[in-house]
Amino acid sequence: MASYSTNEFKGGLKIMLDGDPYAIVENEFVKPGKGQAFNRVKVRNLKTGRVIERTFKSGESVEAADVIDTEMQYLYTDGEYWHFMDPNSFEQIAADRTAVGESAKWLREQDTVEITLYNGEPLTVTAPKLVDLRITQTDPGVRGDTAQGGTKPAVLETGAEVKVPLFIEEGEVIRVDTRKGEYVSRVKE
Amino acid sequence: MRLRARLKARIRAFFDATQTLEVDTPALSLAAPTDPHIAGLQTGLSVLPGRRIYLQSSPEFPMKRLLAAGVGDCWQLARVFRDGERGRRHNPEFDLLEWYRIGIDHHDLMDEVEALLTALVRPERPVEPAERWSYQEAFRRFAGVDPLAAAMHELRAAAAGAGLAPVDGLEDDDRDGWLDRLLTGAVTPRLPRDRPVFLYDWPASQAALARLDPADARVAHRFELYWGELELANGFHELADATEQRDRFEADLARRDALGLQRPPIDEALLAALESGLPECAGVALGFDRLAMVTAGVDTIDAVLAFPVERS
Repeated sequence: MASYSTNEFKGGLKIMLDGDPYAIVENEFVKPGKGQAFNRVKVRNLKTGRVIERTFKSGESVEAADVIDTEMQYLYTDGEYWHFMDPNSFEQIAADRTAVGESAKWLREQDTVEITLYNGEPLTVTAPKLVDLRITQTDPGVRGDTAQGGTKPAVLETGAEVKVPLFIEEGEVIRVDTRKGEYVSRVKE
Repeated sequence: MRLRARLKARIRAFFDATQTLEVDTPALSLAAPTDPHIAGLQTGLSVLPGRRIYLQSSPEFPMKRLLAAGVGDCWQLARVFRDGERGRRHNPEFDLLEWYRIGIDHHDLMDEVEALLTALVRPERPVEPAERWSYQEAFRRFAGVDPLAAAMHELRAAAAGAGLAPVDGLEDDDRDGWLDRLLTGAVTPRLPRDRPVFLYDWPASQAALARLDPADARVAHRFELYWGELELANGFHELADATEQRDRFEADLARRDALGLQRPPIDEALLAALESGLPECAGVALGFDRLAMVTAGVDTIDAVLAFPVERS
């Protein structure tokens, strides 16, 4: 099994701790001039998303996690699983609700997403940071009201609901920040 | 870059005013420090076939040879090299300002370090008077434990009590390792951030090249200067006893063997110099790059380097 020395630690590195895969978020090298060196790291559990702190004596080795990030195309969902395809090998995989999580509401068929695979199985599905989606339902727009800053709910083609400015019309395409679940801008077609 | 140049000019003015001789010693050496926590860089020379050549990790040994030869008060700004040290506050090559004064102890030298620090930094930013804590007082106050008397289980409990996570790879009975864990995890993060702080009288097990306190053999005449968490300088009332120095080198090598580390050759030229007589003196090494960090008010070493190692 591959392993990493603390000298190789950096943000993004995937390691195994207590049987779970983790990603290093932050690595700080701490060393008194004449004393023991430590690597103080913040790591994110890739299964739960929880961030914890760990400290290693510098020079220690840690097992590498068999985790890779790969881009895949979203095909469809059968309600229980979400199906994706590798655009190069045409290989298909299915991810369950735990792996898809909040990303589910931003997925549109044919869109490309990032999937983190752990031992070949989907661990997390990450929607693109910004997606352009059509509004399928919202109350009629209020013209000339662009300065007021009021908002109203709008339902998108994926079923997600976001707050949009009052002047946005049904059928328009808007850009959404999937991390915050917020309207960003109108998209001209 | 301009700040570094200004600081160097001020350093030179400070030592000119105190009639201290600027010296130069080789950056390449046939011997290396035995300290298990310092990894020297090695190379070779075609003119000395079969010999390992070490890049200096500090100019301390050759400067002590000059002191034994009678050079008197002296200083040097030296480029030094240490393998494996890279992070927010570390670059594998950096500049050490090292100086020695004849006939004084580590307390007198702390006075002078404070005077130099003030002279260098004050033109750019205010410098409050330094605080001085013994290592023991600082541990009692910030880590709730007596570093000289506590049993190992008490040190480990103090680390847990300070909210410090267990350390992967640190043996339960590694006393100095746990002291360093408490120092970097509980003590230095709680030091005042707006002024220099000296920690003095370090445990004898971490004496390095300092003499032991004749009145209390548990501590050594060693001090460290911090600015917040940032370690700026390390100073000693210098050990002059060649026999004791050789014993410490041998103990370091035994510890290196236990850790599976390489054994650098002991610096026999230094021991011969101590044998011939090192004058009573105190010496200190101050990290020039970190001094520039403090002066500039930045918290990464990269901010004061033209080209950090990844872009060198």
